[in-house]
Amino acid sequence: MALQHLEFSYAGTPGAAIPMEWFHSGVVGSGDMEVLLTRREQQGRVTVKVCTPVRGFDQVWDKVLARFVQESGCGDLELEINDNNATPFIVSLRLKQALQEARGGEPA
Amino acid sequence: MQETQQRQWDTLRQDTAQRLAAAEEITGPGKLVRAKDVVKLLEAVIRPGDKINLEGNNQKQADFLAERLCRVDPEKIHGLHLVQSAIALDSHTKLFEKGIAEKIDFSYSGAQAGKLAQAVQEGKVKLGDIHTYLELFGRYFIDLVPRVALVAAYQADKDGNLYTGSNTEDTPVIVEATKFKQGIVIAQVNEVVDHLPRVDIPGDWVDFVVQSPRPFYLEPLFTRDPALITDAQILRAMMAIKGIYAEYGVQTVNHGIGFDTAAIELLLPTYGEELGLKGKICTSFALNPHPTLIPAIESGWVKNIHCFGGELGMEEYVKARPDVFFVGPDGSPRSNRTYAQIAGHYAVDLFIGGTLQIDEDGNSSTATASRIAGFGGAPNMGCDPHGRRHASEAWLKCGAESGMAAFTLGGMPRGKRLVVQLQETFREKMAPGFVERLDAWELKEKAGLALPPVMIYGDDLTHIVTEEGIAYLHKCRSLEERRAAIRAVAGYTKVGLKADPEETRALRADGIVKTPEDLGIDPARANRSLLAAKNVRDLVKWSGGLYQPPGKFKNW
Repeated sequence: MALQHLEFSYAGTPGAAIPMEWFHSGVVGSGDMEVLLTRREQQGRVTVKVCTPVRGFDQVWDKVLARFVQESGCGDLELEINDNNATPFIVSLRLKQALQEARGGEPA
Repeated sequence: MQETQQRQWDTLRQDTAQRLAAAEEITGPGKLVRAKDVVKLLEAVIRPGDKINLEGNNQKQADFLAERLCRVDPEKIHGLHLVQSAIALDSHTKLFEKGIAEKIDFSYSGAQAGKLAQAVQEGKVKLGDIHTYLELFGRYFIDLVPRVALVAAYQADKDGNLYTGSNTEDTPVIVEATKFKQGIVIAQVNEVVDHLPRVDIPGDWVDFVVQSPRPFYLEPLFTRDPALITDAQILRAMMAIKGIYAEYGVQTVNHGIGFDTAAIELLLPTYGEELGLKGKICTSFALNPHPTLIPAIESGWVKNIHCFGGELGMEEYVKARPDVFFVGPDGSPRSNRTYAQIAGHYAVDLFIGGTLQIDEDGNSSTATASRIAGFGGAPNMGCDPHGRRHASEAWLKCGAESGMAAFTLGGMPRGKRLVVQLQETFREKMAPGFVERLDAWELKEKAGLALPPVMIYGDDLTHIVTEEGIAYLHKCRSLEERRAAIRAVAGYTKVGLKADPEETRALRADGIVKTPEDLGIDPARANRSLLAAKNVRDLVKWSGGLYQPPGKFKNW
């Protein structure tokens, strides 16, 4: 099935980026995903690009991502996600783990 | 008085004697029958319309006899009514296609679930009822008494004594119901020997024995490869251990089939140990010999296990642990589905398992619109046994917390079984675990069932565990509150998206919903490094080489 590309944008927390330029986490195994976090000065905004084989779940992606941005308090970031049928829970978990590692082990 | 004296009271016995006389012309004297004579034997002892039991369940199968029954002449033998645990083999559905059988009362289907649904829709099968094992066994003695039973054993001697060993399973209940109502019992065995290790079924309850050209089929249904356990399953297992097992001090348990419960079993020696729970939870089980329980047994967590059936590859391990498992005076294990089901119904405090769909009221089902999968034994464990009268810490605590008891019992104290479902909000291919309407309703219409096939009813369900948290449903004081608690843990499914954050906060404040955070669990810790065994090879190592996994689980 053709992959589809989704884009989202959220008002994050200004200045709450990660310490390094970029950080990569995860593997695109079946039922899993990878994410690349890149620091971007954009008035706190968190922009997300998703590449996924799953259709019809744009609204669920939006809710999962919005909740992640709100609960983690991140900001000034661009997220690139390559998804291979990860469930919403796995998406949330991988994003939290990635941010936690990028921040140097601080709980997200 | 006059009438009583004239009436014959042994017509069944006389009918059986006639059938056996016809059989003797084919088989000659003695109980041993050659494999090539089996079709003729079946034609001699079976009459059109008979109730027939073909032994088989989710484990062993009387597959050779089933296959031979398919070869009888449908002109002679037709309209049979199958009364048996499972529709599991191609030969079972073939009996209907050939017109040899026309009706079925059963408990479990599994691999044949799709074909069965199709045959029912095409009018080839008259569907009787779908049962749990125990209620079907009960009916063997009331209104579904088998006239002829075709069973399976490991060994027989020439007198018809049977050794069923670790796979005794349903054989005793089938043979007793059949033989003591003057019926006929035919056994297929893997070998005929001079001396049996022990007698599991006495020879005078068995009419014929045939050595099968190949050993009976055995499905390793309860083997789960730890390599396939996911982080989400590990998180739910952590929540179940901390938020339920530890919270209630659950000592006696039945685990459903699946990777979620395998994860719990593999976390006991690691996460359970870390929480200081050894000896405080999970000491006794009604359970098949799950290979994933080996690390917990070897670490001294488990004192006692009674088994429904046997599991391929676990024989030597079970045999070498007679303090834990039930082992005969000959040193070999025995299972017994009837007794294990009774134990699972009355003697355990907690049932935990997974399902396909849970609705907004908490009813759950594994039925889909195109498969008649049946129930097996789960509903007898996934319910509150209303005949229970003995008390335990877990049962009393769960009963005391019941939010509805005051409306039905007044002030009378009563315990409650913990019935727990582990549910992934979305399964693979984004199939939602929570739905507004169960597919069971559609199956009811399509297959003409009296009721939608519900595995566990909402009023029996006490806890749901998802990645979002645990809903303690039994604490709810109204159906509306229970619905809110279900929504709160249903994640991003349609049902979950209806959750009102204010309402969820109130439920958390009341301890009706607990998130991983409320339970003091960091989801980031949920990963495979917590598993006591990470693959099948680790299980073999834990067992000291006693566990001999079937080839398909060996990848080293």
